[in-house]
Amino acid sequence: MPKITVPLGPQHPALKEPGNFMLLLEGEEIVDATLRLGYNHRGIEKAAEARNFVQATYLIERVCGICSHSHATCYVTNVENIAGLEIPQRAKAIRVVIGELERIHSHLLWLGVAAHEIGFDTLFMYSWRDREYVMDALEALSGNRVHYSMNTIGGVRRDISKEAHEDILKKLDILEERTNYYIHLATQEPTLHARTKGVGALPKEEAIRRDACGPLLRASGVARDVRKDDPYLIYDQLDFKVITSDACDVFGRLYVRVFEILESIKILRQVLSNLPEGPFAVKTPFKIPAGESVTRYEAPRGEDIHYVKADGGPNPARVKVRAPTLANFESVSYMLTGDQLADAPLIIAAIDPCFSCTDRATIVASGKQSVQSLKDLRTYGIEFYKKKGIDFTKVK
Amino acid sequence: MKSIREQVAAWARTKSPWIIHFNSGSCNGCDIETVAALTPRFDVERFGIVQHGSPRHADVLIVTGAVSKQQKDRLVRIYNQMANPKFVVALGACAAGGGVLQNCYGVLGGADKAIPVDLYVPGCPPRPEALIDGVVKLLSGIKGVENAK
Repeated sequence: MPKITVPLGPQHPALKEPGNFMLLLEGEEIVDATLRLGYNHRGIEKAAEARNFVQATYLIERVCGICSHSHATCYVTNVENIAGLEIPQRAKAIRVVIGELERIHSHLLWLGVAAHEIGFDTLFMYSWRDREYVMDALEALSGNRVHYSMNTIGGVRRDISKEAHEDILKKLDILEERTNYYIHLATQEPTLHARTKGVGALPKEEAIRRDACGPLLRASGVARDVRKDDPYLIYDQLDFKVITSDACDVFGRLYVRVFEILESIKILRQVLSNLPEGPFAVKTPFKIPAGESVTRYEAPRGEDIHYVKADGGPNPARVKVRAPTLANFESVSYMLTGDQLADAPLIIAAIDPCFSCTDRATIVASGKQSVQSLKDLRTYGIEFYKKKGIDFTKVK
Repeated sequence: MKSIREQVAAWARTKSPWIIHFNSGSCNGCDIETVAALTPRFDVERFGIVQHGSPRHADVLIVTGAVSKQQKDRLVRIYNQMANPKFVVALGACAAGGGVLQNCYGVLGGADKAIPVDLYVPGCPPRPEALIDGVVKLLSGIKGVENAK
């Protein structure tokens, strides 16, 4: 049988974002898959160098609209580390509250998108309806539904009022009831099982070998969670479980995510019931000294890593973002191989891809590992784009 | 005075515009708000608006995000594939004029740098209500369209 290549993307109804997958098919079966990225590359890291430390916070938040708090928290923690700031306990707790609300909203969003991919639109509508409770809570706390802008260097920008506090607790009760319904659905509904079990298999060894992270790795039976392994903010004082599944397929990823919603609700109740008293921000020093810092953060999609370098000037000298989806893309081509074409959108959706987080520039020079200085990289980049007719020497 | 044919066409267009959503380099914020507008709380389907995957079936192109240099050609291609009459909504601050991402090296600018835009919805991201308001304004605009584009 002749093999044919089917392109999926950059514009495709199943992909909400631009990415391209070239699927080599033999009949209905996928025999090879290659991934092409970069459609969403905007140059945020470079733009951050042209803004001062405070302005860059709100720029970095716009790396991704779904896990915006994760990126912003990662960045401000780096700057606080460089400046040697100790932020108040209340600020840490508020960051955890927003972070966990964000995780619930992201997982409910994923549940809806995945349900839509398997043709279960009722579940899509249900989960997005319930997601509005979380959006309301986030709006009440921060003033915006998507980019919360809660973080600032030295703490958070808004306090949690008593009314908002009670309101969130009420919404959490509704959400818990609805989550239990989804758990019932995920474990009992035969159509969900038929469409997710055995699809997109990723065995434990392969997941580790391919450096998967987040719910994808946990669904392959590896209990890895930055909140437990390398606690930041106040996670070391909180009681929660790391959810894993040995299913190693799309069903496992569904299972992990719905149970993680319950864990997040548990964390939120703990934090809100004893919110530390005191100020919610400290004064930021006028000048950020020279230094560098790396922070890890468990975003809804996995481990988010940021690096910030300061040279004593008003702007960051370098900001580097490693988003969780980039780590997970390694596994996608493995999971696609051997599956049916009809399952491809579901398998891609199952890692909860976020292309806007992922599209950063990297050089792999002829398969060799090499250490290049920032100056070399800059020269290489300018030459590379000169060949394509874009001249960056004019860009300030 | 419009001919009967034009009146019938304008009436038919306002009854059920099908939308296609195109992410031209967005951060996802506007995209999730677009999808939120389709779901039960906001429910734009009550205006007959349905989201469709193929540009050949769609009447309204919703562009989110600043147009990246990689996506520009694709955006123009999708726009050209749509059948006339077609309308373009630039959703969000980035699609309207580049937003925070203007002057980034990978970004061309707002959606109007690549294709003609009929309606701008500002906000970062716009709330679903703003999107609905924009679409309703677009629909009342279509009613007044003298000649199909």
